[in-house]
Amino acid sequence: MSADSLLPILRLRAQLLAQIRVFFATRDLMEVETPILSAAATSDPHLASFTTVYSGPGPRYGQTLYLQTSPEFPMKRLLAAGSGCIYQIAKAFRDGEAGYRHNPEFTLLEWYRVGFDHHQLMNEVAELTTALLANRLSLAAPERLSYQELFVRHLDLDPHRATVAELAAVAERQKVSIPPGMPVQDVDPWLDLLLTHCLEPHIGQGRLCFVYDYPASQAALARLRPENPPVGERFELYLNGIELANGFHELGDAVEQRRRFAAENAARQAQGLPMTPLDENLLAALESGLPDCAGVALGFDRLVMLAAGKETLAEVLAFPFEQA
Amino acid sequence: MATYSTNEFKSGLKIMLDGDPYAVVENEFVKPGKGQAFNRVKVRNLKTNRVIERTFKSGDTVEGADVVDVELQYLYNDGEYWHFMDQQSFEQVTADANVVGNAAQWLKEEAICQVTLWNGVPLSVAPPNFVIMTIVETDPGLRGDTSGGGGKPATLETGAVVRVPLFVQSGEIIKVDTRTGEYVSRVKE
Repeated sequence: MSADSLLPILRLRAQLLAQIRVFFATRDLMEVETPILSAAATSDPHLASFTTVYSGPGPRYGQTLYLQTSPEFPMKRLLAAGSGCIYQIAKAFRDGEAGYRHNPEFTLLEWYRVGFDHHQLMNEVAELTTALLANRLSLAAPERLSYQELFVRHLDLDPHRATVAELAAVAERQKVSIPPGMPVQDVDPWLDLLLTHCLEPHIGQGRLCFVYDYPASQAALARLRPENPPVGERFELYLNGIELANGFHELGDAVEQRRRFAAENAARQAQGLPMTPLDENLLAALESGLPDCAGVALGFDRLVMLAAGKETLAEVLAFPFEQA
Repeated sequence: MATYSTNEFKSGLKIMLDGDPYAVVENEFVKPGKGQAFNRVKVRNLKTNRVIERTFKSGDTVEGADVVDVELQYLYNDGEYWHFMDQQSFEQVTADANVVGNAAQWLKEEAICQVTLWNGVPLSVAPPNFVIMTIVETDPGLRGDTSGGGGKPATLETGAVVRVPLFVQSGEIIKVDTRTGEYVSRVKE
């Protein structure tokens, strides 16, 4: 990128970062910093951590360390320690994720609201995002629809009850190229296939769109709400078909969290992926008591991309991955 | 043959799909907020040239296709097949009309062509970018007209028809760009 096109982008990034800090300062959220290098890592089989080995003095000598895929675990430790509402602008790293909308190293804005549920946090996400994009994009009023409504509206399909056979039939009807080796039991990869190929391009065109209440199997770190069927109190924010943020009404149950980590590591083992060391510090923090809270991670580079009217992340990074 | 992970896909990589050789045109990584990542890949069938889209789960592997481009000399046409020869090994390769396609009109004996081979069998033939040919037939133009405006059709020795300036005459030798099928210049013998 030439200096002429790079400088306006760098100024825009700086302006947006400054606006974010003002937004949270006026709402009394404390900015924090936590380690990006940790002895523990996410066990989510769909996330791959970069690793490195520490070779200096101390008890960590020779130990494999992981670059964070998000600052979620240490921030929850702070919440459990009584930090109150906090935010962080952090670098996160995901191996294997590169493309027009993915850079293996990227910037996340992550914040936690004590006493909020996921709907209250969606309000705040909309307020911040609207303020940041004002005068840069013209947007219609934000929209909110459940994961179920999304699938019913566009595909006439109930995602909580559909079988693999039904999902495959819809994919075929929608002329989606079905990847080889799709599972015969697990519906989630099929839901992801339909979401990425048929639904995401339509979500949030010209407006913020929140999709909420995900299938329990996709709850990730969100708490479950016991309905029929139970749903994960998780949300995603989209704008112009691009996923911008993921949030949870946070799971505070240490036993349930340990069970989910173990299930994810079992899935890793079944897929031949490396198992990851559980974050025992996080689990201990949950045992000591996480305040009822909701948290969200927003992809800052994607927000800059949308604010700048660009199509690729590479256009809004000082030095994209290939030039880093 | 080697296998390639979707992470190794880049434009031009040759892979096997449903028993046919394909070239990767474009590779896009897509992933929902959480969950399964996919690669949406545009691939061109090297037999039909049709471009289609295929989706793979990210990280899955696909068998490579043994496809190579080689420079071969065109020897002759026996009425049904075109015969080519490797100038180093003297091995011969034959190709039918499906494979030679539109390149046939530009093939003059001894021309060096780029032939794409799949498991040793030709998939396509690309003629040299520029060929020198004799005009066998064209309407007599105005002798004094050197403006080049307008033009007229001229039939070449291989049967190809190109538009030439009005001043170019039957029996003259011209240079043609085979990629566009356009007249470039007259050539002095």
